[in-house]
Amino acid sequence: MAAEDLPSEFDVVILGTGLAESVVAAACSRVGQRVLHVDRRSYYAANWASFTFNALLTWIQEHKAESLSEEVQDRSSLVEEGEELIYLSGSDSASISNLQVFCYISEEAEEEEEPPNTTEEEEAGAAGEDAAKEPSETESAGSKEEETGEAAEGDEQAAQEQGEEPEADQPQPSAPPSQSEPTRKKISYTQLEKEGRRFNIDLVSKLMYSRGSLVDLLIKSNVSRYAEFKNVTRILTYRHGSVEQVPCSRADVFASRQLSVVEKRKLMRFLTSCVEETEEHQAYNGRPFLEFLREQQLGDNLQHFLLHSIAMVTEDTLTEVGLASTRHFLRCLGRYGNTPFLFPVYGLGEIPQCFCRMSAVFGGIYCLRHSVSCLIVDKDSNRCKAVIDSRGQRISCSHFVVEDGFVGADRQVTTPTRFLSRAVLITDASVLPGDSEQQVSLVTVPPTDGRPAVNMVELSPSTMTCIPGTCEFTCCVSVCPSAENRPAVLWCLYFNMADGSGVEPEGHDLPSNVYVCSGPDGALGHEHAIKQAESIFLKILPEEEFCPPAPNPEDIIYDGENTSPTSTGEEEGLTAAGGEGEEKQQEQQEEETSLQPEE
Amino acid sequence: MHGRVKIKTTAQQEEEKRKEREKKLKIYVAARDACFSKRNEGIWDDEALQLTQQLLSSNPDFATLWNYRREILMHLETVKDKDEVQKIYEAELSFTESCLKVNPKSYGSWHHRGWVSARLPRPDWARELTLCDRCLSLDDRNFHCWDYRRMVVKMSGVPVDQELAFTDRLIGSNFSNYSSWHYRSTLLPLLHPESPEPPSPCREPPQSSPPPSPQTHSHRVCEEQLLKEYELVQNAFFTDPNDQSAWFYYRWLLGRAEREEMISCVYVNRDEERVAVAFSRPVNAQSVGLFLVLDGQPQRVEWRSVHPRFKQSPVWICNLPPGTISDITNERNLTVHWTEKHTHRDCALYTGRTESWCRDSATDQELFRSELSVEKTSVLQSELQSVKQLQELEPLNKWCLLTIILLMRALDPLGYEQEMLAHFRTLKEVDSMRSAYYSDLCSKFMIENTILKMEYAEVRVFSISDKNLTTLCHLDQLLLVTHINLSSNHLQRLPPQFAMLQCLEVLEADNNAIENLEGVYHLPKLEEVLLKNNKISTLADLQTLASCPKLKRLDLRGNPVTQTANVESELAELLPSVTDLLL
Repeated sequence: MAAEDLPSEFDVVILGTGLAESVVAAACSRVGQRVLHVDRRSYYAANWASFTFNALLTWIQEHKAESLSEEVQDRSSLVEEGEELIYLSGSDSASISNLQVFCYISEEAEEEEEPPNTTEEEEAGAAGEDAAKEPSETESAGSKEEETGEAAEGDEQAAQEQGEEPEADQPQPSAPPSQSEPTRKKISYTQLEKEGRRFNIDLVSKLMYSRGSLVDLLIKSNVSRYAEFKNVTRILTYRHGSVEQVPCSRADVFASRQLSVVEKRKLMRFLTSCVEETEEHQAYNGRPFLEFLREQQLGDNLQHFLLHSIAMVTEDTLTEVGLASTRHFLRCLGRYGNTPFLFPVYGLGEIPQCFCRMSAVFGGIYCLRHSVSCLIVDKDSNRCKAVIDSRGQRISCSHFVVEDGFVGADRQVTTPTRFLSRAVLITDASVLPGDSEQQVSLVTVPPTDGRPAVNMVELSPSTMTCIPGTCEFTCCVSVCPSAENRPAVLWCLYFNMADGSGVEPEGHDLPSNVYVCSGPDGALGHEHAIKQAESIFLKILPEEEFCPPAPNPEDIIYDGENTSPTSTGEEEGLTAAGGEGEEKQQEQQEEETSLQPEE
Repeated sequence: MHGRVKIKTTAQQEEEKRKEREKKLKIYVAARDACFSKRNEGIWDDEALQLTQQLLSSNPDFATLWNYRREILMHLETVKDKDEVQKIYEAELSFTESCLKVNPKSYGSWHHRGWVSARLPRPDWARELTLCDRCLSLDDRNFHCWDYRRMVVKMSGVPVDQELAFTDRLIGSNFSNYSSWHYRSTLLPLLHPESPEPPSPCREPPQSSPPPSPQTHSHRVCEEQLLKEYELVQNAFFTDPNDQSAWFYYRWLLGRAEREEMISCVYVNRDEERVAVAFSRPVNAQSVGLFLVLDGQPQRVEWRSVHPRFKQSPVWICNLPPGTISDITNERNLTVHWTEKHTHRDCALYTGRTESWCRDSATDQELFRSELSVEKTSVLQSELQSVKQLQELEPLNKWCLLTIILLMRALDPLGYEQEMLAHFRTLKEVDSMRSAYYSDLCSKFMIENTILKMEYAEVRVFSISDKNLTTLCHLDQLLLVTHINLSSNHLQRLPPQFAMLQCLEVLEADNNAIENLEGVYHLPKLEEVLLKNNKISTLADLQTLASCPKLKRLDLRGNPVTQTANVESELAELLPSVTDLLL
C-alpha cells in the first residue's frame, strides 16, 4: 500500500493502533464508514503491543536512542484559503522512559546442553504511581510492578522511582515448597535470543475480566473469533514472607488448606452477601472498606485476601468502592473458569490487532510506518477538514482520531503527570510451583511501608508467550541467596510508561472533530480504553450502534458494483502484524477458551 | 449509506435453511429406506456399514440402525482375520466418538461403544479412560459416561486407589457432584476396610490382589480413613452448606447399621390359644420356613399376618388346635423356628398363667440408635460439635439442623429430646415446603422415645398424648401393649399396622382428626375405644370395629357420624357387643 497513493477522501482517519483507536476503527468500519488507520510505528498496538524477545530488544534500543527530532516539513503549500495547519508530534517517545535492562544469565550455556523440556516464564507488568512526586495522590491505587523481593541491585532509576523499587535488602519471600529439583536446566542468553520468536512479551500487564466491557465487546461484535483465550488459573498473594494462593472460587475455598472450616464458611458467606447490595452495606458508605471488613468478623486471613486480592483496593478505599469492586470480581468468577480473568493466547497485543482486523474486513485501510504530520483546520468552523500524511498527501476527512502521544506537547492541556512503573521478568520457574506447569497467575503484592501495591501477571508457556525449558539458575549474585528453591530471574526489564487514565478524549486545544485516545492505564482491566472508544464512536456517529454483531461470512451479499475491499483488507491487517499468523495457528493448544457466550 | 455491508435478511436466511433442510430430509429418508431393505434381504456388506454410519452420524438415537450395524460387524468378525477386525472396531470407536461429540448423552452411541470395546481384540483401555475423563470434564453428571467408565474400569482392572484419586480430582473441581461422592463410597470400603478384629491401625491397601467383591464385604471403613473423610466432607459443607451432595455423603459416613435378622418376640395366649411372633424386619412367614414346636411336638399351624393387606409383616399370628394349651394347670414350652435364618426362640407358658412372652426389649437392642450407632460415641460427639459450630454460623440451614438431630438421636435420644423438638420447630419454619415430612419424622422420634421410656418403666402402657403426632410407626414394638393413649395429637388414621397391637384392651384417641379405623381389626382383647372429637363421618368407617369381639365401650362424641339418622340402632346392629355407647 505504501508505494501507491492513498484515496484522497475518508470519513475517519485514525492515527495510532492502540486499543481504543483500534476499537474505534472497527466500530466505524463496521457501520460503513470509510476508515484510514495508520501508525508511524512498524508494529501494531502501540504501547499495548506484545513483542518477541528479539523485537523487544529492538524496541528497547529505539527508545533508548535519542529521539531524533524529525525535521518538520513545511506543508503550507497544501493549505487553501481559510485554512490553517496544526502540526502533530513526530513520535510518542515521551510515553516511555527510564528503560533499564538486567541480564542475570551467561551468554552461553554451561555444560548440560540438554534440550529444555518445560519452563515457566514470568512476566510482570505493573503500574505504579509516582509516589515520590505526588504523595498526595494516593487514591488511585496505582500498582507498581515488581517481582517481590527480587530487585535489581544498584538501581539507576531516576529520582521519581526511588522508594518504589524493591530494595535489595527487602525481606526475601520464604521459599515455596521446592519442586522436583534436580531436573532444572540452565538457560543461556543465547538460548533466549535463539528462542526469542516464541516469546510474546506484553508492554502492559492487564487481564480481561470475564464480564468486563472488553469481553462483552469481543462477544457482541464477534471479534472474539479472531483470538483464543486461556483462563487465568489462580490468584496468588504475598503475605508474611511467602506466596499463597487466594481461594476465590467455590472449588478453591473447598480445596484450600490454609483456611479453617469456619473461615471457609465466613468467606463464602461474605462473598455471597456481597453479590447484592444491602442496606447494611449502604450504612458503611463513606467509611473505609477496611473498617467494613473488620466489622464482619472475618479474621486477618480473610481480610487480607478480600482487600488485596479480591477487591484489589487499598486500605483507605471507601466501602462502596470496595464492594463494587468485589461485586465485579464475583460477577466475573466462574463464567469461564476458576478465576474472574482471561488472558489472550499470544499476548495482550493480539486484542487491538483483532479489532484492526475486523475494521479491515469491513473495508478499513491500514498502513504501518505511515503517519499524519499535520491537520488542516477550517478557520471558520474550527473543524479538521483534512490531514496531510507523512508523504505529503492531502487526505480529507470528517473526523480524526489520534493517540495522545502524537498530539504536540503545546496542544496538550493535561500533560501526563503520572507514570506507571512496569517490569518484565523472565524467570526459570513459577513463584509458587503447583501441580501443573501450565498455571497462569495473577499475583497481588499488598502495599508495604509506603510502597504501593503491585499486580503481577505470571504467564506460562501455555499462553504462547514464553518458551518451554526447565533450568537451574544459581549465579544470581547477592539478591538471590536461596536461589535453589526460588525462581531465578534470568532477564528483566524495567521502564516507566505514561499513565493513560488522565487523558480525556476532548478538552485539548484541538478542533472539535479531533478525538484523543489515551495509552494504557494502570488498572488491571480494560474498562478505560473500551469506554473511551465507545464515547468517541458515539460522538462521531451518534445515531449508529456501537459494534453490532458481525454477520457470518456466508450471509454477506457480494454484488458486482460494490466489491468493498472485504477480502483484501483482511490480509493487509494480518500480514502487517509480523507474518507469524501461520506459525501461531500450528501451536494452538487444545484447552483454549473461545469466547462463546454461555449457554 | 454507501460502503455498508449488505447482509441477507432473516427471511432469506430462513428460506435457505428451509431448502437445506428439505434436501437433507430427502437424503436421510432415502438412506434409511435403503438400510431397511438391505437388512430385510440379510445383506451385511460394507455399503450397509457406510449407509448406517451416514444416518447415525446425523441421528445417533436410531437403535434399529445400531442393531443392524452390530449384525454386520458380527458377520465381519467371522470372515475377516484378527488384524482386520481390530481395524474395523477401531474405526467403529472413532465413529462413536464423533457421534458422542454431536450428542454426548446418546444411549445408542454409548451402548455401541461399550459393545465394541468389549469385542475389540486388543482394547486400549487407557484411551477409553481418557475419553471418559474428557467427557466428564465437559459434563460431570453425564451418567452415560459414568456407566461406561465403570465398565472400562472393571474390564481393565484399574486399581482401586487410582479410582479413589480420580474421585478426589472430581470432587476438587466440583463438590456438588453426587456421582463422585457416591463412587467414593463404593471404593473406600474396598480400599480401607474396617478391620474385623480389635481395631488396629489401618494397613496399607493390598495393591496386588483384586479387591473382594462388595457383596462379601463390610460396607464400613476403617477409622483412620473415616476421620480423613469427615474432614473432607466438612470442608464441603462448611464451604456450601446448602449443597446436599456433601450432606448425603456425610450421612453415609456416619453409618447405617444393618439390623440383625431375628425373631424379636414370641407371645402366647392361653385363653385364645394363639401365638404371635414378631420379627426384626417384615417377612412373609408363609414362605420363610416358620415352624412352631410345642413341648417337642411340631404343630401344624396356619400363619397369618395381622391384616389381610400385608403380605410382608413384622408380626405374624397363628391359632393352635383347640384344647392344645387351654388347661391352665399345665406348663407348656413353645419354640418358634425360623429355618431360613437358622434361628429360633423359646417361650414358656407357666402353670396358672394365661399369657406369656419372650423378647428382646427395644432398649436391649438399642433399636432406635441403629442408624448412626455404628460409630463410636467419641467420634459422634466430636462430629456433633463441628456441625453445631456450623449451625452457629448458619442457624437456619436445614441440612445442618437435620444432621444435628440425627447425631443427637444417635448419642442420647432421651437426653436431647427438648433440643430436638426445638430444632424441628426451626426446620418446619425454614423449610415449610417439607413441614409435613418433618412432622412425620418428629412423630417417629417421639414414638421411639416413648417406647424407650415405656421399656425402662417396664409397663405395658403406651402413652403419648399431646405431642403433635401426625403419623404412627414402630407399631410392631407395641405387640404387648394393653393400654394406648394417643389423645390430643394430629392423627388422621389408625393404619392397618395398628392391628399389630395384639394385646390391646383400651384405645384412647380423643381429640385427633381420625377419619379411618382400618387398623382396629381383629384385636381379640380390645374392650374400650375412646374416639371423642375426631372426624369419623360414616357408619362404614366403624365397620372394622365389628371384628373386635370383646368391644364393650365406645365413645364417639363429637364425631360427624353421630349426626347420622338412626345412628344408635344402626350401631347396635353393627356392634352388638357394645354395651356402653357414647354419642
